[in-house]
Amino acid sequence: MQIKLSCKSIILILRSKFGRDLYGVGIIVGKTIAEIILSAKSGNVAHASDIVVAQIDLAFVQDTTGPLTVRQFRAGRFKKIASSLKAAVFLDHVAPSQSREMSNDHILLRDFARQTGALITEVGDGVCHQLVAESLAKPGDLIVGTDSHTVTAGGLGAFACGMGSSDVAIALGLGKTWFRVPETFLVELKGKFSEGVYAKDLILYIIGKIGAGGATYKALEFGGDGVSEMNMSQRLTVSNMVVEAGAKVGLFPSDEATRRFLTEQGRTDHYKPIVADSDAIYQKIIEINMGDLEPMVAKPHTVDNVVSVKEIAGTKVQQVSIGTCTNGRLEDIELVARILKGKQRYPDTRLIIAPASRDILVAATKAGYIGTLLEAGAAILPPGCGSCLGLHQGVLGDGESCFSTANRNFKGRMGSAEAFVYLGSPATAAATAIRGEITDPREFL
Amino acid sequence: MLTGKAFKFGNDISTDHIIPGKYAYLRSNLPELAKHVMEDADPTFASRVKQGDFIVGGNNFGLGSSREHAPLVIKMAGVKAILAKSVARIFFRNAINLGLPVLVCDTDNIRDGDELEIDLQSGVISNKSNGKRLTFGKIPIVMLNILDEGGILPYIEKHGDFKL
Repeated sequence: MQIKLSCKSIILILRSKFGRDLYGVGIIVGKTIAEIILSAKSGNVAHASDIVVAQIDLAFVQDTTGPLTVRQFRAGRFKKIASSLKAAVFLDHVAPSQSREMSNDHILLRDFARQTGALITEVGDGVCHQLVAESLAKPGDLIVGTDSHTVTAGGLGAFACGMGSSDVAIALGLGKTWFRVPETFLVELKGKFSEGVYAKDLILYIIGKIGAGGATYKALEFGGDGVSEMNMSQRLTVSNMVVEAGAKVGLFPSDEATRRFLTEQGRTDHYKPIVADSDAIYQKIIEINMGDLEPMVAKPHTVDNVVSVKEIAGTKVQQVSIGTCTNGRLEDIELVARILKGKQRYPDTRLIIAPASRDILVAATKAGYIGTLLEAGAAILPPGCGSCLGLHQGVLGDGESCFSTANRNFKGRMGSAEAFVYLGSPATAAATAIRGEITDPREFL
Repeated sequence: MLTGKAFKFGNDISTDHIIPGKYAYLRSNLPELAKHVMEDADPTFASRVKQGDFIVGGNNFGLGSSREHAPLVIKMAGVKAILAKSVARIFFRNAINLGLPVLVCDTDNIRDGDELEIDLQSGVISNKSNGKRLTFGKIPIVMLNILDEGGILPYIEKHGDFKL
């Protein structure tokens, strides 16, 4: 990987020093995808570092941040949701509920949806980010959600970012909010993955290189020939995790792969192409030869603590968790089933699988993957966030280690602050489940 | 002028350190939730922190979840400002929206237990324990205006809209 300061970034530096005057002398500058979308939604020419107020297309909440959003919405004396946007409520993080308190929060959210006409999903429908990608997000949309992994929809070319409950409450009421237009880092992808290497390995590699704060307040935009090699499932995995480098959004161009995905979802009419201008200004360009990548693992307790699987192979784990908004899609489950077919999980390692949505679980069941996984000793959870947030469905005990396909390994993330969480691809997770220790998936391909 | 004691933490204090996800079921019972503030970073914090104190972090403070409960329980603990070398963006926005100042400065010059005096108007932090003076980075005007009103809800109630 190379990080270089492009000559365009010199213009950006000049601009940050001299402000808008640079344009006053007639220099016309192209736009990144983030700038294209924020310009369209704010009705202004939006460039990096500008502050704009922009119209929101979709605002959503989930069940652990939604109740506070509802309270702030009411405290703000909003009577109804702005008619200009679509609103959605997802019951996914603690679904089915594990306690009376959570059940009461679910009641609050169902009542709010009934009163306001917001779309609401039920227990077992799946994780908000997957459902947004399947049914709601369109290329070019501006989306806010009370969940940091809202960035996932950037895989479809939507400017989607996580915000807190107060921000989303006001977005629901006013139909708009303010944004600082982010500077963009372009990640230029070349070539294609070698066998055993996947989108998860790519994004872990990037986070490991630039650090957990390496893209704070920035947009990460993915470009280059390698992008056309990536399907939507892979793009969503990459966009999902850009927030682990601090990024505000992770944007893919909207192209043939986007059209194909939208067509599969029965909404071809939502397709529109979006690419950055050829003279867009990037603050930094990060070049990656995809063929050079290896299976990667993020070690406890930060997501940027990344090593190649070879460096950590042999580490014992008591639990393997597969699924979530990062890696619970049909392609992921298919891959895991392929590796586990005719094999058994290691006796001392439990295997927990949470598909990202109902549609995925249905398709995986019809294809026989779920049967294969059950025969291999897996426990299948209802579609949802599962054990990722450490509240239920696979909470770790003191001193235990888990290999997870999710997106976070912070101390205490999966329950015990004395537990250890390793992150990697579904293939590495499947190989690890067979051996009971972190294993290079290429041994099973 | 704000005066209080510094509680120093390291780099990468995540929202899971501040208020672990395992307590999500307590989020509609804020007094109960607030008892767990900073629990996975320092289990003694909640019992030691006093009204007016400061949380001082290193790089990338508040990374992780969008849960606004993180700055909310810090505010409920009586903390009057968070100082850090850098701050994750959602946490930054959430704290300002609650009227809790987040000041970006070189926190290497602050040790655990130091007495600090912060002048938000002039942008100066005086460390009474070692006599050093620090300045903090500019906050965007839109955020200053929200902070001035005590948070995003009073700001919108007053202006009815975003005024840039």
